Amino acid sequence: MLTVSNLRFAYNNHKKFSFPSFSCAEGDALLILGNSGSGKTTLLHILALLLQPESGSIQINKQEFVGLTPRETAKMRARHLGIIYQKSHFVSSLTVLDNLILANYLADKELSKQRASQLAESLGFHELLEKKTTLLSGGEQQRVSIARALMNNPEVILADEPTSNLDDENCEKVINLLENQAKNIGASLVIVTHDQRLKDKFSHKIILS
Amino acid sequence: MLLKISWKNILDKKLNSFLCVLLMTLGIAIISLLLLLGKQLQDKFTKNISGIDMVVGAKGSPLQLILSSVYQIDNPTGNVYLSDVQEIAQNPLVKEMIPLSMGDNYQGYRIVGTNKKYFEHFKVKVTSGAMFKNDLDVVLGAQVALNTGLKAGDTFSSSHGLDAAGEVHGDTKYKVVGILAFNNSVIDNLILTSLNSVWNIHEHKEEAHTEEEEAHTEEEDAHAEEADMSKREITSALIKFRSPMGLMSMPRNINQNSKLQAALPSIEVNRLFELLGIGIDGLQILAAVIMLISGISVFVSLYNSLKERKYEMALMLSMGASRTRLFLMLLLEGILLALFGFIAGVIVSRVGIILISNQLNKRFHFDVNQMSLQTGEIYLFIGALAIGILAAALPSINIYRLNISRTLAEE
Repeated sequence: MLTVSNLRFAYNNHKKFSFPSFSCAEGDALLILGNSGSGKTTLLHILALLLQPESGSIQINKQEFVGLTPRETAKMRARHLGIIYQKSHFVSSLTVLDNLILANYLADKELSKQRASQLAESLGFHELLEKKTTLLSGGEQQRVSIARALMNNPEVILADEPTSNLDDENCEKVINLLENQAKNIGASLVIVTHDQRLKDKFSHKIILS
Repeated sequence: MLLKISWKNILDKKLNSFLCVLLMTLGIAIISLLLLLGKQLQDKFTKNISGIDMVVGAKGSPLQLILSSVYQIDNPTGNVYLSDVQEIAQNPLVKEMIPLSMGDNYQGYRIVGTNKKYFEHFKVKVTSGAMFKNDLDVVLGAQVALNTGLKAGDTFSSSHGLDAAGEVHGDTKYKVVGILAFNNSVIDNLILTSLNSVWNIHEHKEEAHTEEEEAHTEEEDAHAEEADMSKREITSALIKFRSPMGLMSMPRNINQNSKLQAALPSIEVNRLFELLGIGIDGLQILAAVIMLISGISVFVSLYNSLKERKYEMALMLSMGASRTRLFLMLLLEGILLALFGFIAGVIVSRVGIILISNQLNKRFHFDVNQMSLQTGEIYLFIGALAIGILAAALPSINIYRLNISRTLAEE
């Protein structure tokens, strides 16, 4: 259960944001829709604990995530959050499999090849596990980064513009994939996007302005 | 896992890594080679010198006299009369005089006429056979026996001069009566015999000459017989003093008041090492510069790749990696490169030593065979690591300044 209330953030005196309160239950999905400059990315980075808000609170399962030390923040992020960035990036010298296992390693969890293999199977890139990430197509890369976000069974999955570069057919596929995977592990799914196609697919949504 | 990522990163930039390792290898190999050679040369030179305070021989270059008499590498300065040397040996300051007479060789190994004191000086023992007793009996140094395959009981003809290409004394043959133990000194490469043997073999030769010329009278012959003992010649003599007082007075006295020349090994060898030292120092500086360039190349390579990998680093930080962990990962890349460079360098230097040793052995019968790790190389190892760490740390320190949010939002 993700509960967010009264978040405020300022880059400087002219550029201030205050965000509405919301919550998202386990296995549920939440769409945060907004145009460029509406503070989407800022909100996502605050939720991802990459930026510290001026005030407000973020709770996952009643545990407060605002106001922790950088070290604790990094640990919490690695253990409780799965983040899918708009553009897929990997450690380019490692294979797909190693990139997945890296998520375990950096979160100080047990390295699970089995989990990586299982995720690759269900996301349909099992044959790519031993390849370098630079050899993958854009769609393949995105599926791998979804798998990476799921490696540590997070409580909350954050997705930044997961569909912006996709055609209608693939857009549908990816969204279904995300929803199913989030349900499977009982995580709250938060999608931040400006993609109007997603508007009707989610009942639970917030529109930033 | 950290090691694995570092390793994969190195493999990912094969050419860059190769260049870094190559430069490091070159630097380490040169320094290590110089260390090995320098140490062994110094070992050999000081071991052979020990106990010998002064060398007397014919006038000429003092360094040449030392090299020919103590180290048996250069040509002798000429011959002197035994009687003149014996006169010097009468001086109460002189404890011991070891005469040396050379002029012939067998397959490039010098045949040196001397007496028992020479063996006592080196504290060397005969391992098989016996010490020479009769004229034309010889004992072989261990290295000579090994390389020529001669055994006790074998006979051979010597050649005139000090290199293998000399004219062969076909009519008189030396007989091997014993072989010496390994002494790790110049004696290993010598064939030793009595002074008489050397005199005899050359007398035969002179007779042959005079007969050919048909210009010798009985009168001359008789005269030669008479003058025999006093006109015996030797090449040089090694002198040991009773007290350091001898060092102060005798060399100058001999050089000024006689036809002989006196040279002090310690002074000449220091001079030689000073001359060599300039070359060795120069090469060492060159090698150190090469190592430094290797460090710079690690630095440039990491600096460039870090610019490309900025997003990668931000990603790993967002995935829970601590900055220190990433910093260590990058350091590890530098350390690995330095380590490979060091190992390769040490191996190359050993191969170099083997090649050089073969050459030296052929030319000077001078064996260098020390393969063990030198203490200097431990410092070299530390130096290489320091360069690797420093070169990796400088660009990697930026990890601590990386703004994760901004970097991730940039793209």
